[in-house]
Amino acid sequence: MSNSKDRETVISIRGLNKSFGSLTVLKGVDVDVFKGENLAVLGKSGGGKSVLIKIISGLLKPDSGIVNVLGSQVDKISNRELQELRQKIGFSFQSSALYDSMTVRENLAFPLSRNKRELSKAEINKAIEEVLNDVGLPQTINQMPSELSGGQRKRIGIARTLIMKPEIMLYDEPTAGLDPITCIEINNLILQVQQEYNTSSIIITHDLTCAKNTSNRVAVLMEGQFLTTGTFEEVFSSKDERIKTFYDYNFIQEHETI
Amino acid sequence: MKKDSDTLPEERHLISRKIDAFFIEIYEIFKFVRRFFGEAFSSPFEWKEFINQCYQIGYRSLPLISMTGFIVGIVFTKQSRPSLSTFGASSWLPSLITIAVIRALAPLVTALIAAGKVGSNIGAELGSMKVTEQIDAMEVSATNPFKFLVVTRVLATTFMIPVLTLYSGLVAMMGSFVNIHQNEQTSFAAFIKNAFSTISFLDINSSLVKAICFGFTIGAASCYQGYHAENGTQGVGKAANTAVVVSMFLIFIEEMIIVQFVNAIR
Ligand SMILES: Nc1ncnc2c1ncn2[C@@H]1O[C@H](COP(=O)(O)OP(=O)(O)O)[C@@H](O)[C@H]1O
Ligand SMILES: [Mg+2]
Repeated sequence: MSNSKDRETVISIRGLNKSFGSLTVLKGVDVDVFKGENLAVLGKSGGGKSVLIKIISGLLKPDSGIVNVLGSQVDKISNRELQELRQKIGFSFQSSALYDSMTVRENLAFPLSRNKRELSKAEINKAIEEVLNDVGLPQTINQMPSELSGGQRKRIGIARTLIMKPEIMLYDEPTAGLDPITCIEINNLILQVQQEYNTSSIIITHDLTCAKNTSNRVAVLMEGQFLTTGTFEEVFSSKDERIKTFYDYNFIQEHETI
Repeated sequence: MKKDSDTLPEERHLISRKIDAFFIEIYEIFKFVRRFFGEAFSSPFEWKEFINQCYQIGYRSLPLISMTGFIVGIVFTKQSRPSLSTFGASSWLPSLITIAVIRALAPLVTALIAAGKVGSNIGAELGSMKVTEQIDAMEVSATNPFKFLVVTRVLATTFMIPVLTLYSGLVAMMGSFVNIHQNEQTSFAAFIKNAFSTISFLDINSSLVKAICFGFTIGAASCYQGYHAENGTQGVGKAANTAVVVSMFLIFIEEMIIVQFVNAIR
């Protein structure tokens, strides 16, 4: 944290508010993501974590506040600028959101062939094979999404965003609903992506093992605001009841032996 | 989240909640159609998906359209024969059938069948893509889901329903010929001569215009329902269902309006 002041920010959010009708989801969110770091966002379900990254990627509009991503304010820029910005952002959906009617190959080619029209068929195929190797699933290239396991779908979803060589990755609950071994594989993949693709990431999760292993910093979203931000140890040495509950539930074994 | 004792802010409406929602929906549909015309004629065009949809919508509907067209031809001929016979005019059967098929039956039957088959298909497909966030995924990867999904499908129905209408009209006349040939021993040449003696270009053209309108309606209504599906799997069923109901309803309204128009010109 000490040297974080002089590091370059890639995402900077100030006073962000968002409500749906009478339901206030985010009220005054302030957060920074620095270049090259992985920031884990913790919070209970329904707390607005997905809404936060949907605002960052321009899928939802903020009611008020400043959302600055890679130097542009996502809700103020033109449609064309937004499309250019989105090419630098990778979004891994909780449900993976693979295109059901397309093979893995077509899924991966979809964003690439439409955004980089100058690429030849051979170059696209090469990029597909490269990215499939990176996520460790070269054998699935001709399979349909319905034939893949949950963990494989997650990886293909991540591969589909990596193929655009993003600068920012947004992971929405990457380990939710997966078995512990697959969780570890996904955590390792997130770390590998950080190193090989030089990405800065937001990892939304309520899995503390995932947060601890993949992130440089942790932020806790509660009641529409970030309670604390810091390293995993800093955040969980807090005396706040709500943060303790979170910790106790995830590491209940350790807690009992203490 | 903390539940405060203060009540929810009172919702305010211009007229009533239902009537407001109705007009908001009309406006949304207007925006959707306007967006369609904006994006249909701006490059790039998704040719591959358009051809694929034409195949899905056109070719895949052929068996059903062939069956219904043929049956309509036979049944309508059988039902018309007695009343024509009372005037001793059963030799005019071919021309009566042709007028009925070309002017009314072929466009209407084809559109209704397609509304059921194609409309529910599009509504369910786009609806499930919406609720499983596949459309959002296209959006955030800087691709244009509206162009890829909506423009191609609406153009494909607008293009294929007239083709299917033409085809089903021909099949219905085949059915009619089979029945007339059996009963009146009319030759094929005589059937054709009589059949086309009273039909005009206005009839054929107005039917094609009708079919184009029906095709556009089926595509736009079904895509609109699917693209705006909500509430998980339940919403997918609702989108498919509403797509069919709305398409069929609009088809009848358009039929009525176009008939008035054509009769005014005739
Ligand atoms: N598009 C939307 N329209 C209305 N309400 C929404 C929408 N998206 C999310 N919400 C509501 O916002 C709240 C936060 O949702 P979400 O961000 O998905 O929570 P989570 O922290 O579990 O990801 C939920 O109560 C949800 O119902
Ligand atoms: Mg969520």
